Amino acid sequence: MAASALEIENNPKFKELVATRKALGWSLSVIMLLIYFGFILLVAFDKSFLGTPIGTGVTTIGIPIGLAVIVSAFVLTGIYVVKANARYDELTRQIVEESK
Amino acid sequence: MSRFKGILSAAFLAALSSAASADAISGHVVQQETNWTAIGMFIAFVGLTLVITYWAAKQTKSAAQFYTAGGGITGFQNGLAIAGDYMSAASFLGISGLVYLSGFDGLIYSVGWLVGWPIVTFLIAEPLRNLGKFTFADVASFRFSQTPIRILAACGTLVTVAFYLIAQMVGAGALIQLLFGLPYMYAVIGVGALMIIYVTFGGMVATTWVQIIKACLLLAGATFMAFMVLVKFGFNPEALFAKAVEVHPKHLAIMSPGTLISNPLSAISLGLALMFGTAGLPHILMRFFTVANAKEARKSVFYATGFIGYFYILTFIIGFGAIVLVSTNPMFLSDAAKGLAGIRGGSNMAAIHLADAVGGNLFLGFISAVAFATILAVVSGLTLAGASAISHDLYATVVKGGNANEQDEIRVSKISTVVLGVIAVVLGIVFEKQNVAFMVGLAFSIAASCNFPVLLMSLMWRGMTTRGAVVGGFLGLISALVGVIFSPAVWEATLGYPKGSALFQISNPALFSMSIAFLGIYIVSKLDGSVRAKQDRAGFDAQYVRSQTGIGASGASAH
Repeated sequence: MAASALEIENNPKFKELVATRKALGWSLSVIMLLIYFGFILLVAFDKSFLGTPIGTGVTTIGIPIGLAVIVSAFVLTGIYVVKANARYDELTRQIVEESK
Repeated sequence: MSRFKGILSAAFLAALSSAASADAISGHVVQQETNWTAIGMFIAFVGLTLVITYWAAKQTKSAAQFYTAGGGITGFQNGLAIAGDYMSAASFLGISGLVYLSGFDGLIYSVGWLVGWPIVTFLIAEPLRNLGKFTFADVASFRFSQTPIRILAACGTLVTVAFYLIAQMVGAGALIQLLFGLPYMYAVIGVGALMIIYVTFGGMVATTWVQIIKACLLLAGATFMAFMVLVKFGFNPEALFAKAVEVHPKHLAIMSPGTLISNPLSAISLGLALMFGTAGLPHILMRFFTVANAKEARKSVFYATGFIGYFYILTFIIGFGAIVLVSTNPMFLSDAAKGLAGIRGGSNMAAIHLADAVGGNLFLGFISAVAFATILAVVSGLTLAGASAISHDLYATVVKGGNANEQDEIRVSKISTVVLGVIAVVLGIVFEKQNVAFMVGLAFSIAASCNFPVLLMSLMWRGMTTRGAVVGGFLGLISALVGVIFSPAVWEATLGYPKGSALFQISNPALFSMSIAFLGIYIVSKLDGSVRAKQDRAGFDAQYVRSQTGIGASGASAH
């Protein structure tokens, strides 16, 4: 007899899965929003900061910052995937097993 | 007040005209001499994809095969296909062209197209895969009254697809005219015909492989170009930048933000549209049903984010390479007196000329063929998503009440593909001389204001009801449309009304239209005391468990 939705929802493992995944997903989403809109607002309000040369060359501080925004999108996604592969998949497997 | 408005509108226009034009090849183009190397390479690509389509057609018998390749695509393959679906020719040529013209501004612009992907991973990909089968409407309508939500989702899909498709078709016609020297009309008809062949015969299997091949070709070509540029400067970016600053008429200004973002409100609104629009694009969402399970869906966005981010970094190097190697070579300038701005074919051709500069005629042919392949991959994905909304959401669910015969449903989707293809060709020809740059922005606004709020709230909020979703979704759709029509880009630049007469002096309505959609869903759902509303809320637990664990999710079909 398969478990009902309510029974699964009351499974402590389900509660753990949902709570931790939700916390991680929303925190990472907020971090991405802050990084991106922080960058945009920096561009809007302090162009000269981004135009500050690094050392004596022509490369400005804006270049590594812009590239870092791109890389951060990949890294944040990676953090989520690593965490999900390591923990959430195992929890999900156990929940599925227990509700058969 | 009026001064404030004037500053705002000038800023928005400046931001929009440079930003929006980066994703559509617009303006009048001069037809080039017929480029036989490019045509040869392109024929090779078409030949290969037709062989794949033939192979795909033989295994595309069921609806699951047609819509989702039977769920048998791996996460890595799907990551490539998503990248292939998303990296348009216009973004390749447009962003490198923007870097060529303004330097750093191109980087600011490209970032916006990437940051939506993590959001898709964190909030959408897994529950979407766990709940849906063929279209995102499967998910949005999971616990609700089928007919109204399917109609809403189909409208959201078709409007998004239509605007995106027109922009791609017009861009394709102009680009092919430039690259191959073919007349505009033949170019558009050719793109339409190939796209119809891929989708009707090969369905999602053929579409996926066209996108995978295109992604590999585009990434390889762009990598080669960036590599050749960096080789010339001993892999020292500082040396590349120094040379670019020396030869660019704006000099040091290309190393810092320019005019792209002058107004924070407009920038945030455009940013919201790009970020959340990505999570509401029907052709992208559909890709998550092609993999076996939620784990593969999650992996596929990770790979896609990597490929797309890498690609944008390459376009940045390519743009700077073009400043140094293209703008200084009279061969690539139609008006040498104008210098950098006198580039033959306009700034969108910067990457194409750079291909010639670093790899000669053969590589130029290769990159031209890749650009064409890129268009085909994007329009095929769009058409398949549109056809699926008609056959799966409207025909099978609304008209037939969920009791459609599978073969009939496939037949309807194939007919829809042909009809959509013909409409796309006709609109592509009608809009030839129009500035369609705003259409991609509009597609993202609608996806962010209609598809995304309904999808997200249906997944996350127990309290949403059918009525709330329908009212909020349509409000979002309509407000996005109205916001764009009465924006300076359409009202003034396209329809020709005097400057400053547009009702809304904002380039992208997403900030407002998204808020309207979410508020509409929330308020109407809260006030909804109908019997249906009780069922909608009661259905949340079953949906929630399945979305979180995948219990009961449709798996890969056996083949």
